Amino acid sequence: MMVAEFVFYLFAALTVLSALGVVGSRNPVHSVLSLVLAFFSTAGLFVLMGAEFLAAILVMVYMGAVAILFLFVVMMLDVDFAQLRRERVRYLPLGLAVGVVMLVELGLMLGHHHLVEPPVAAVAVDNTLAIGQALFTRYIYPFEVASLILLVALVGAVALTHRERKRLHRQEISQQLARTREDAVELRKVASGEGA
Amino acid sequence: MVMSLNHYLILGAVLFTIGIFGIFLNRRNVIIIMMSIELILLAVNINFVAFSRFTGNIDGQIITFFVLAVAAAEAAIGLAILVAFFRNRATIDVEEIDSMKG
Repeated sequence: MMVAEFVFYLFAALTVLSALGVVGSRNPVHSVLSLVLAFFSTAGLFVLMGAEFLAAILVMVYMGAVAILFLFVVMMLDVDFAQLRRERVRYLPLGLAVGVVMLVELGLMLGHHHLVEPPVAAVAVDNTLAIGQALFTRYIYPFEVASLILLVALVGAVALTHRERKRLHRQEISQQLARTREDAVELRKVASGEGA
Repeated sequence: MVMSLNHYLILGAVLFTIGIFGIFLNRRNVIIIMMSIELILLAVNINFVAFSRFTGNIDGQIITFFVLAVAAAEAAIGLAILVAFFRNRATIDVEEIDSMKG
């Protein structure tokens, strides 16, 4: 049990420190990299809690896709971050006040419940198997809705960012196929010796 | 001392608060605000998985799965809107996003 505690405190400290790095970093690229570290240490906590499948999803989807998406946007947009950071000190007191109040409130919610961590074998033999069995039976309709949401996000992201480029010469196959002999060829009778 | 549920709940509360604090601190920068929202969702996920672990009920992990899916969709759409907005106005300052006079 000592090992589990040590691992918990290690990953918890890493998560909190990297979360502070996300919100407090001066350079947004460092913020994104701290976000990656926060996701990674949370994945470690998930493994500690026996949720291996979600840990793998977190590493693959979040560190591999979402964080890299943020990184692309931060690095590709030519944003003047120094100008956005200018009045940050002015927001600090209000942010700290709200943060402290919220932390106290959340602390008051902590009950003295006596849930003790059950032994690993008692929870589920195979975490992925258990999730799959629940997901494809009881939660099959929410699962389908989730896939629709992802489809909408996919199409929506492309539709929002796609830009039609006007002066680009490229092949329009539909226009080529729609050509008829009548609008492409014109026959004229030219008298001999008078053609210009 | 044994690992208890409160360990994870306190971590979730701290992470959630850091996310809220980040929204206040970087009130002008939309990208950091979106990253703070990701932190908040991460805190919620930690709570779900912890309750799932300590009650022996797999449903919490299923909900976490859906939260992850929706958060990924939200990040993709949000960043797409941000890119489209930046192309039109050449800024991502929240104070400037007031064309609709809301």
